[in-house]
Amino acid sequence: MAIQFFIELFFGGLTRGSIYALIALGYTLVYGIIELINFAHGEIYMLGAFTALLVAGALGVYGFPAGGILVVAALVAVIWCAAYGFTLEKVAYKPLRGAPRLSPLISAIGMSIFLQNYVLLAQTSDFVPFPRLLPEMEFLEYIDYVMGPSDFLILLVSTLAMVALSLFIRFTRMGKAMRATAQNRKMALLLGINADWIISLTFIIGSALAALGGVLIASHMGQVNFGIGFIAGLKAFTAAVLGGIGSIPGAMVGGLVLGLAESFTTGYFSGNYEDILAFAILILILIFRPDGILGKAKVQKV
Amino acid sequence: MKKGLALFAMACMLGFGASAGAADSIKIGVQGAHSGDLASYGVPSLNAVKLVTEQANAKGGVLGKQVEIVAQDDQCKPEMATSAATKLISDQVGVVVGPICSGPTTASLPLFQEAGLIAVSPTATTPGLTETGKNPLFFRTVANDNAQAKLTSDFMLNKLKVKKIAYLHDNGDYGKGFADNNRALMEKGGAETVLFEAVTPDAVDFSAVVRKLRRAKPDIVVFGGYQPVASKLVQQMRRDRLDTPFIGPDGVKDETFLKMTGKDSEGVYASYPKDTSSLAEYKHARDAHVKAYGSEPGFGYYNAYAATQCLLDAIEKTGGTDTAKLKEALRTNAVDTPLGKIRFNDKGDAAGMALSIYQVKDGKFVELDHSVVLE
Repeated sequence: MAIQFFIELFFGGLTRGSIYALIALGYTLVYGIIELINFAHGEIYMLGAFTALLVAGALGVYGFPAGGILVVAALVAVIWCAAYGFTLEKVAYKPLRGAPRLSPLISAIGMSIFLQNYVLLAQTSDFVPFPRLLPEMEFLEYIDYVMGPSDFLILLVSTLAMVALSLFIRFTRMGKAMRATAQNRKMALLLGINADWIISLTFIIGSALAALGGVLIASHMGQVNFGIGFIAGLKAFTAAVLGGIGSIPGAMVGGLVLGLAESFTTGYFSGNYEDILAFAILILILIFRPDGILGKAKVQKV
Repeated sequence: MKKGLALFAMACMLGFGASAGAADSIKIGVQGAHSGDLASYGVPSLNAVKLVTEQANAKGGVLGKQVEIVAQDDQCKPEMATSAATKLISDQVGVVVGPICSGPTTASLPLFQEAGLIAVSPTATTPGLTETGKNPLFFRTVANDNAQAKLTSDFMLNKLKVKKIAYLHDNGDYGKGFADNNRALMEKGGAETVLFEAVTPDAVDFSAVVRKLRRAKPDIVVFGGYQPVASKLVQQMRRDRLDTPFIGPDGVKDETFLKMTGKDSEGVYASYPKDTSSLAEYKHARDAHVKAYGSEPGFGYYNAYAATQCLLDAIEKTGGTDTAKLKEALRTNAVDTPLGKIRFNDKGDAAGMALSIYQVKDGKFVELDHSVVLE
């Protein structure tokens, strides 16, 4: 019984943690390349959920099969939000490339507020139900106390996305160019890498992952609201810092650690302390490892 | 000092009462959100006061005097409430219907108290307004949030006969208050508390709490809070195949809740004011609104209608706007209103109104035959 409860909490934490990790990757990728904390990133996650909702609603009218609708809705949301990420960078950050570091940060906060209010006005201030599109998965029947179809989907899709991202960064030319730009932008430019394009690419990938997270959590929780991006973004940012901001495996580890910590806190202590313990862990790790779990200490160049 | 001021204010009031005879009118102050974001909470009450006074004036007024309305807009903002209240006092109104929201009510009451003015709020539900005893001149024609727990705990103990209870709440005053009050009453009734826990309202999922629920094996889940959290919880519980009954306060009985949860909401219980739409006074009040404004009444309309009726009745019976006499009359005379035959108890809460248990059946909240009359 005690072990079963532990396993339940563990998988609950993994589900939540992989969503944090998906969003955290966007923060960490962008920070790695241009040292900007993109505070509008959480809104992209929210936009992903809303886009999928609209597409699913439209397709639902024509009576497509539920599973197919989910796939199409997710694809549209990912592409649409990637475009949002691309535009966001061009509009809000690129003109400020040479400005002091605080300026793009303020611009990011402004974009976050703008996007939230845009959805509030264009859609609604209410919570909106997200249609149930997941098929029953019979093979999960005998472990249904551990995970349901949506937990399974979240774990599967986010693992695939993270593996794909790692392979992309590790083995493709574009991935190599991204790593080079992250290490030294000036040197990368001298070697003929189009840094502007790499920065855009980073925003596209990060936004696509966040949108994926948004679609997954919307189909998991069954409801969407214009404000869901704020707290999810904050938690994912925490996860990114926890893992070591700028480090891709760090964001994944950070997300999982945060998700597990929250799940176990609620399970063994109380839901009252969920956020308190999560942030206490963050503070402790940063005291002993200021660069995060997997972050590399930066050498100050004189 | 305060006492002196109050006495001075009383003297002014009495002086006003005497001069009002010459002025030939009785002034009713109406304070609430009449513009701004929350206008939809306040305007129906203003309409109610207008309609009740029009009806009274058409019959020759109260005590032979016409009733006049002095409306002050506080937009449901505490910082605007004090100036609205001050204006009402300087306009020498005899009584006040309002304020609408609990925050502005808390801010305005000390001023009304000092001026010796009676205020009847149609919609402010925060328990402390009456229960602390700090506002002896405050009354309300809406159930205090604490009253709901009396009904729900009675229903659980005597009708459902449940023994093991899990309490979840959103850590807000309203939600935690509901959970705390239920727990106290249920434990007194011999029920065991197997879980008492807060949930983080904007968490990305509730799986840990739902797993904890399953482990605690309660007979029923008592939830304190509003619709968004309730619908997420119910959905996640049902999806994880946990079909424990679920009961909540009036914040859960909401159309959005049904829309969000779909089939999952089937069987969920909630407390809510008893349906009084079959009463003659209710029909009369509704028809008056439809005739005057061409639409169904909005939030708090019937409560404000009842508040105005009670005040005018008290003025009529006491022959003026003397605070002490009015207070006594409000407590002793029961008045037929759209909410039932009501008077006020010693704390200032309406007595005679009833709350009922509602249950979701076939996607709708249906009133069950289980209610408690407030005393």
